[in-house]
Amino acid sequence: MTTIFGYPLVVWMGQLLLGLINGSFYAMLSLGLAVIFGLLRVINFAHGAMYMLGAFVALLMATYLGLNYWVALFVAPLVVALGGAIVERTMLSRLYKLDHLYGLLFTFGLALLIEGTFRYLFGASGQPYPVPAALSGGVNLGFMFLPIYRGWVIIASLIACLAVWLLIEKTKLGSYLRASTENPVLVQSFGVNVPLLLTLTYALGAGLAGLAGVLAAPIYQVSPLMGTNIIIIVFAVVVVGGMGSILGAIITGYMLGIAEGLTKVIYPEASNIVIFVIMAIVLILRPAGLFGKDA
Amino acid sequence: MAPLLNVAGLQAWYGESHILHGVDLHVNAGETICILGRNGMGKTTTLRSIMGILSKRTGTITFDGTDLMKTSLHNTAKAGVGFVPEERGIFATLSVQENLMLPPKVAEGGMSVDEIYTLFPNLKERRNSPGTKLSGGEQQMLAMARILRTGAKCLLLDEPTEGLAPVIIQAIGDVLRTLKARGMTVVLVEQNFRFASKVADRFYVMDHGTMVAEFPVADLPNRMAMLNETLGV
Repeated sequence: MTTIFGYPLVVWMGQLLLGLINGSFYAMLSLGLAVIFGLLRVINFAHGAMYMLGAFVALLMATYLGLNYWVALFVAPLVVALGGAIVERTMLSRLYKLDHLYGLLFTFGLALLIEGTFRYLFGASGQPYPVPAALSGGVNLGFMFLPIYRGWVIIASLIACLAVWLLIEKTKLGSYLRASTENPVLVQSFGVNVPLLLTLTYALGAGLAGLAGVLAAPIYQVSPLMGTNIIIIVFAVVVVGGMGSILGAIITGYMLGIAEGLTKVIYPEASNIVIFVIMAIVLILRPAGLFGKDA
Repeated sequence: MAPLLNVAGLQAWYGESHILHGVDLHVNAGETICILGRNGMGKTTTLRSIMGILSKRTGTITFDGTDLMKTSLHNTAKAGVGFVPEERGIFATLSVQENLMLPPKVAEGGMSVDEIYTLFPNLKERRNSPGTKLSGGEQQMLAMARILRTGAKCLLLDEPTEGLAPVIIQAIGDVLRTLKARGMTVVLVEQNFRFASKVADRFYVMDHGTMVAEFPVADLPNRMAMLNETLGV
């Protein structure tokens, strides 16, 4: 049997896959955070709550409306994005002229409010969400058994990240977004409705979190606290990648997911903290993050 | 004929600092005017207040029949006013071409991209470089070029020659004369009045937040003593 460092290849591949799946969620969530931070300069603490909302909208649609996973995959992110747009327009936009700390505090409070409400309504325990029939089962890759749904999550998140990256780097709307990140006042003086752009950006980030939530529903339990558990790691990902760096957020998300997975093989106890160890090292050596520009 | 841009009794503040104390100026269609004055006298603030970038302002600003006092920043451009800031505002994360194409068209009659590249051949050569890899002169050209594309009727140009070599300043002067021939209205803020005297039709002199003199270019020789004193050159 093939071994690497004394551990069987099967174990390595299994953890690599697990790491890639976790990395898929980290990438989608940190991408949204990075896009929001880049343009709005808001550290969106409600991001975990939006991820949780995505999963819950899918669950509630299935329970009360009998709508299946594929419908939820499109509708739930839209619902969360719409919620994000309303929050930005009616509340968050009032805070831009104040210190950035207010945006952070507001979104933190919002997260507590949303998660508290859901805990009150649905309890703290997780609820299962079935894997869609078309993606159930698995395939034997020879060196390991791959559940099809997990393969789908990796592919779907790659597609989502690539689509957002193309949107930002290659479209006219994306050029407005990049330019506004540098100098919003000047872009607005050119006749671009920057306030609307901010709303759309927040909605995009929220929608991405919602999409991640739907993808996560069949893998993890749908619970009001699922966002709290993941968001701290995602913040570490954003810090490692470099605040506001789009590509950095995506690549770092997958990389740290994999680092976490592989650590489980060698020294499982360290897997929970490896990301934060990497964060500390990166902060010491490159305070702006791996892909960040020095401010 | 009513002036294209009319500013009356304009006062403006940065936070608590009262910068403009009642600015009056008018610009006729197709005219190039130049606001002269030392640093800190309110020239840039005047342009920023006309655009609406500075929102703490009172007075009257009308442009082509639109009341700009009631117009939000992103609609000022749509009324036909284009702004080229002193710091040029070229975006580092956008290529030269993306910088050029960034401002949305506000009216028909702007220059086509081909015409712009004919006027600024350097920009064409470097269209795929990041915007801030250009030289200072090229950045100034790009900052002007991207407004010319939009069909704006009036260009607010803040110290275009600052920090540039004489040969580049000459090129910018050529561009301004070309624009005038096309009927563009220009509000130029300058400290370099030798440059301004070659492009402007009329001058305003600004001191401590108000206009203290106004005269046509023909009158410039008679005003030299006053200018030397006010501008401290």
